[in-house]
Amino acid sequence: MGLFDFDFLNDVRRMNKRQLYYQFLNFGMIVSSALMIWKGLMVMTGSESPIVVVLSGSMEPAFFRGDLLFLTNYQEEPIRVGEIVVFKIEGREIPIVHRVIKLHEKETGEVKFLTKGDNNQVDDRGLYAPGQLWLQRKDVVGRARGFVPYVGMVTILMNDYPKFKYLILACLGIFVLIHRE
Amino acid sequence: MNTFLSRVNTIFAFTLSVLAALTFGCFLTTVFNDNIAPVQIGTTKAAVKNVANFAASTREKNDLGQIAFDLHVDLAPLFNWNTKQLFLYMTAEYETANNKLNQVVLWDKIIKRGENSKLDFKSMNTKYYFFDDGNGLRGNKNVTLSLAWNVIPNAGTLPRVKGDGRYILKFPNEYRQ
Repeated sequence: MGLFDFDFLNDVRRMNKRQLYYQFLNFGMIVSSALMIWKGLMVMTGSESPIVVVLSGSMEPAFFRGDLLFLTNYQEEPIRVGEIVVFKIEGREIPIVHRVIKLHEKETGEVKFLTKGDNNQVDDRGLYAPGQLWLQRKDVVGRARGFVPYVGMVTILMNDYPKFKYLILACLGIFVLIHRE
Repeated sequence: MNTFLSRVNTIFAFTLSVLAALTFGCFLTTVFNDNIAPVQIGTTKAAVKNVANFAASTREKNDLGQIAFDLHVDLAPLFNWNTKQLFLYMTAEYETANNKLNQVVLWDKIIKRGENSKLDFKSMNTKYYFFDDGNGLRGNKNVTLSLAWNVIPNAGTLPRVKGDGRYILKFPNEYRQ
């Protein structure tokens, strides 16, 4: 860590006020670009959460903990059996990624469906709210359209070890503020 | 490029970029596959009972279909370097007075890459209970049985493909006792 300190801090001491402001502005630009991309994705896919990390092993061997899923939620596309949907139970925060196994749709377009994880023995009725037997369109956060393995592990690590998350954020912050481009 | 840390930083960034490019390339090479294969389905038993729907935990009596089916399909051409597994599911699709569209998965199977992908089943029992949301199975002469599969890649899109071939099942007009 000794060599590390000297190189960087020399740079900082040489900066004048204007360059310091520039660094902060740079930082702000990066943060707002990231935010714009995220919100843009939300609008483009129609889903409030266009990228989710798989949190449990209930869809193994297709999806393991730490895999990344890309979701869309276009209202015109009807839900059909076999689709992998990400849904939230009313009153609960955690989204669940399971497959639709039963579906009943009325002429009015009103649809009710049942889901089950590939790796689970029973359907999800045990997971739904008490008294709830079916899911509705409004419970769906998105439908899985694309998949990348392993990439979401970083998010899981950051959730399980919050100190790790703060450490990473602090390092990134310092790096951006100090590094001269 | 003369401190240990900046070298590690560069190598790390380069590794990530190469991995990302390779993953994207992997996805591109298989995204236009149509993944269709011919399927033969038949049934050897089709009966209907009217019982309390224990699967939906109600006292209501719903129609319960009892089916044994034959299945013949060869899925070997669908497996390539970007196929992790195929999730097969057999669906019964029909219309009733209660609902315009009903879809019920009766049976499913996971075939991982490397496992036997030529299936030839005779008189298989369904895995899941075939309960209707109401009493629309008795006398229903137009229940379509079809096999579909969800292609799970190593990286890329998750298409659901219907097999080329279906079977129209006709339920009897009387309940079986």
